[in-house]
Amino acid sequence: MNLIEIRGLNKIYLFGEEPVRALCNVNLNIPRGEFLSVMGPSGSGKSTLLTILGGLNHPTEGEVVVDGIPIYKLSLEKLADFRREYLGFIFQSFQLIPYLTVIENVMLPLAVTRMSKGRQVAIAEDILERVGLKEKQKRLPDQLSGGEQERVAIARALVNRPPILMADEPTGNLDTRTGKEIMDLFKALHQEGQTIIMVTHNPENAAYGTRTLLLRDGRVEGDGVGRREV
Amino acid sequence: MTLKDISINNLRRRKGKVFFLVLGLTIGITTVVTLITITRMMNEDIARKLDEFGANILVIPRSDDLTFSYGGMTIGGVTMDAQSLKESDIPKIRQIEVRENISTVSPKLLGAVELEGKKVPLVGVLFSEEVRLKKWWKIHGTVPKSPDEVLLGNEVAVRLFKSTGDFLSIHGKAVRISGILEETGSQDDVLIFADLPFVQAVMNKPGALSLIEVSAFCNTCPIEEIVHQVSKQLPHAKVTAIKQTLQTRMETLNRFKRFSVGISVVVLLIGSIIVFTNMMASVNERSREIGIFRAIGFRKSHVMRIIFLEAVVVGLTAGALGYLVGLGVSRFVGPLITGIRGGPIHLDPLLALGAMLLSAVLGVASSAYPAIHASKMDPTAALRSL
Repeated sequence: MNLIEIRGLNKIYLFGEEPVRALCNVNLNIPRGEFLSVMGPSGSGKSTLLTILGGLNHPTEGEVVVDGIPIYKLSLEKLADFRREYLGFIFQSFQLIPYLTVIENVMLPLAVTRMSKGRQVAIAEDILERVGLKEKQKRLPDQLSGGEQERVAIARALVNRPPILMADEPTGNLDTRTGKEIMDLFKALHQEGQTIIMVTHNPENAAYGTRTLLLRDGRVEGDGVGRREV
Repeated sequence: MTLKDISINNLRRRKGKVFFLVLGLTIGITTVVTLITITRMMNEDIARKLDEFGANILVIPRSDDLTFSYGGMTIGGVTMDAQSLKESDIPKIRQIEVRENISTVSPKLLGAVELEGKKVPLVGVLFSEEVRLKKWWKIHGTVPKSPDEVLLGNEVAVRLFKSTGDFLSIHGKAVRISGILEETGSQDDVLIFADLPFVQAVMNKPGALSLIEVSAFCNTCPIEEIVHQVSKQLPHAKVTAIKQTLQTRMETLNRFKRFSVGISVVVLLIGSIIVFTNMMASVNERSREIGIFRAIGFRKSHVMRIIFLEAVVVGLTAGALGYLVGLGVSRFVGPLITGIRGGPIHLDPLLALGAMLLSAVLGVASSAYPAIHASKMDPTAALRSL
């Protein structure tokens, strides 16, 4: 069964009075447990697709159904609840909150739940152990290396155990070795059954996916199923 | 991790900006607390002066043809029988709504007595009340302690050639002069003061009164209100406020109160604008952060709560600081403005609570638009890198 279904997706931005088509008639089904790499040159519509899939950007036309929920028929507040329950975002440049410690950053998505503080800490510590940062949980983001910040961002995205993990150029700001460590972590998560949608420019990273979607000028130009061994 | 933790941590990070936020509101609250405290000092000063000046309300029997001159003692011919005052009227005065403002109720029965061929005015009083009412009295001897003791005005003592310890015969009853008043320059100099029940007995008017003098503080209500309420309790009596120079002081106080309200509004408005601009700048600076909050599933209301919690913390801090600084400022500036010597600083929990509440409300009100603005931020615009 498909976890995500996209039907007839169009997105047009208006720059002044000039319409610019960012996505053009995109149809896509993403089964549960898939690791989808989205590739394409700059301006091809990758980020727009990711924001629309992430419930952050209303499409001009078309429907996005996640786990049977037509997400853009939800009210704005319900859409926020949907993001919290279904999605884990890993942003480019990590996007950690600078005045919160590592563990506080990881617990951030739980701040608006009814979970007790003790339970929040226990879950956050488990995940930090998984990404190898339990010992550094009291540090502030600027006291960590780029790779460590990325791991915190991954831990934050996983803390509410979302069915879908979305990543935007997760290794874009990392050196090759650290980038590989992060991609190995993605691979391990996928092997545990995590659905992952990752936007990347890097073909080596894209090869970690089970399927690669190639976008050009807002259209799906290629949809390759199958994983290249890495 | 709660929204409160996010607010507190953010405030800790932005110490410089928080300082200006707190400063803006603190100045406003300091001004309000200072002006309130100075107004209170002026009020207390007026109350003290009222107390020193004695009675400020006079209760006399209502009568169409009555020309009552307490000092000149023109009480003869007064038709007091129909609507005379009675001792039972005293508790009624003590029962008015604003009774806490009444300090002293001093009943009197006026009469005349013939002594050694001279007609002398006699006043029956309750000495305990009379002495409280006339704090300026200086007595050679003592205040009468029993019904067979009297107090003589200075002039009447001179005319009768009497001194402390001598005896007088009033309607055949011997009474001892326990004390003589130093010259007061008032009607008291020509009067003989005796115990009220004694005078009622010798004049054969049990329970009767000629007039009641009332001393009232008027911190919280106009004197006219007390007069009105006493009149309602005693419909058979004429109640009048004795107009004194204090009225001018009350008018000055009222003008100062109006001035204080005006200044407070202006300063609080400036404080609120400082909070508004700071909060607005803070929200714009934090657009990326707010975008992250929204992207990971914070509702609009959650974002607003973060901003409002910050405003409440800033408001309460500024309120507490403003209260303490205001007390200190009024202690030193108050005497300069009013000419009243400052007493010890009294911590008033109600004023402190009011200051903190006002400050918190202003903080939240000034942050309302920035909070709404923050909650409406488009997360994709905020997270341009996404």
